[in-house]
Amino acid sequence: MTTTEATPRTAGTASILTRTYSFHQVLRVQSFQILLVLLVIFLIFAAMAPDVFPTWGNVRQIIQNVSILGVLGIGMTFVIVTSGIDLSVGSNLVFSGVVAAKVMQAVGDAGWGTALVGIFVSVGCGLAWGLLNGILIAKAKVPPLIVTLGTLGGALGLAQVITGGVDIREVPAVLQDTIGYGNVPGTTLPTISLIAMLLILVFGVVLHRTKFGLYTFAVGSNEESARRVGVKVDRQLISIYALSGGLAGVAGILSLSQYGTTAIAGQSATNLNVIAAVVIGGTSLFGGVGTIFGTVVGLFIPAVLQNGFVIVGVQPFWQQVAVGAVLVAAVYVDQRRRAAAARGHSTKEEGKKRLFTRRSS
Amino acid sequence: MTTIPVLEARGLTRSFGNVRALDGADFDVNAGEVVALIGDNGAGKSTLVKALSGNLALDSGQILFAGGEVELTSPTHASRLGIETVYQDLALAPHLNAAQNMFLGREISKPGLQGRLGFMDNRAMRLKSREAFDELGATVRSLSDPVGSMSGGQKQAIAIARAVAWAKGVIFLDEPTAALGVVQTRNVLDTIRRVRDKGVGVVFISHSMPHVIDVADRVQVLRLGRRVATYEAKKTTVEELVGAMTGALDGAQS
Repeated sequence: MTTTEATPRTAGTASILTRTYSFHQVLRVQSFQILLVLLVIFLIFAAMAPDVFPTWGNVRQIIQNVSILGVLGIGMTFVIVTSGIDLSVGSNLVFSGVVAAKVMQAVGDAGWGTALVGIFVSVGCGLAWGLLNGILIAKAKVPPLIVTLGTLGGALGLAQVITGGVDIREVPAVLQDTIGYGNVPGTTLPTISLIAMLLILVFGVVLHRTKFGLYTFAVGSNEESARRVGVKVDRQLISIYALSGGLAGVAGILSLSQYGTTAIAGQSATNLNVIAAVVIGGTSLFGGVGTIFGTVVGLFIPAVLQNGFVIVGVQPFWQQVAVGAVLVAAVYVDQRRRAAAARGHSTKEEGKKRLFTRRSS
Repeated sequence: MTTIPVLEARGLTRSFGNVRALDGADFDVNAGEVVALIGDNGAGKSTLVKALSGNLALDSGQILFAGGEVELTSPTHASRLGIETVYQDLALAPHLNAAQNMFLGREISKPGLQGRLGFMDNRAMRLKSREAFDELGATVRSLSDPVGSMSGGQKQAIAIARAVAWAKGVIFLDEPTAALGVVQTRNVLDTIRRVRDKGVGVVFISHSMPHVIDVADRVQVLRLGRRVATYEAKKTTVEELVGAMTGALDGAQS
């Protein structure tokens, strides 16, 4: 009695199967739009200061400036994709740097052995704070905003307790010469930027191509659904906050190498800068949507604005105003898109998507 | 005919505070059979389904799977036994696409080292998803758009296809036709028959008595947390079912 209509096997079926959607994921509408914004900003400054702004020396400077934030941005993207937040990254960076500096001071010499110990200590400290965040969020069910606000204060306070509030300025010379100021041998690319790029590449692949990444999106999209189909949501959240913490530890040793000091007071707005970049890059604060690529672009916009304003002689304070405006605009676009998605497929949205994402093959 | 039910519940009890949601409820479904579970609001249907799909801890009672006693501690555990559930809220991740939802938690890994590093065989998953949708006659237009942007009928089709693809023993469908139009409803009912013919036990929860009589082999009626009647669907009427549900026909047991 089964009188089902014959399945409409349209010509579209084959193309649906073969279409690569990695591209689709990487060039999600907003991160692509924001890339255009970045290009426009870059071209405007290039036109205004053609001799200074678009030179490799200047671009190299910008790249170097965003490297540490880039490392933090990776973890923050994972966290925000789960609809969480990590306010503690800046304090965590300081704490990890302080403990690493203390340990390296105690070891004594300024060679690679000491430096390696410092690297492990810094990453370990960051990882520990991240694990604490993750366990409190996943197991104790305290909201991420509160947990990481708590560890923000805790980590910074302990860093000051350890140092008595005075910055440590002894950093092994090898760290400063190679990672801090050095270039990749044979090039003029800062080593610190290469490290950041490698991490971005690796974790970009993890987020967009692996099961771990897929579960990150699933948890952010609908935690309860993910739980019901057997995704280990708690373990996933703990791993993600641990990742964010561990990367803050990496950023801690990078910062120590670059600035040669623990710079305890210098990271008070780092967390907000990183969150702003992630959100500008199209990662939704409501979870389930985001790209590492977008975060990288989102980091460059404030950096390029800052650098450009200085060069063309505008008060650099305007950078904060401009970044604030871009941030609000980015979230406005995200909200519009979510509202459109909730209403169902609007043809306009569909058209826009085709315009921006079907460039593959 | 004395077959061992693929899933059987005996005297399940569960209270929420002072409310006895399940009060010694019995239930059974055989392989290759559609059992409709009906009851008024608050009769305990959803609670019973939750208990039988590993989503709820019980105060007392026994659950037997293929004759052996089991303790369903989690939905994953139930899934491993081949018990799948389509929830009323569908339990899809709206930002993931149809294929990702289909295989969420059970991804196909790439062979060798790549697989161990967590890389997935997306192509195989898309192909199998497409096969599963085609088999159900489900019109899922795109495998790569997020399911959140799809219509209610398409989401429903994906949720049902997912459960059907993994259900080897029993499948629970909680109000699968509540939000559907005429054509989609008929598709779902056809799907139910097809799944039954594969030898899976289907438990169909619905408020629509005509659908129940149309598709079910047996009808079990819950009232006040207890099974009050079981009917052969072919030999019953809407009036009789409504009577049993509301208690107007107390004591009717066939």
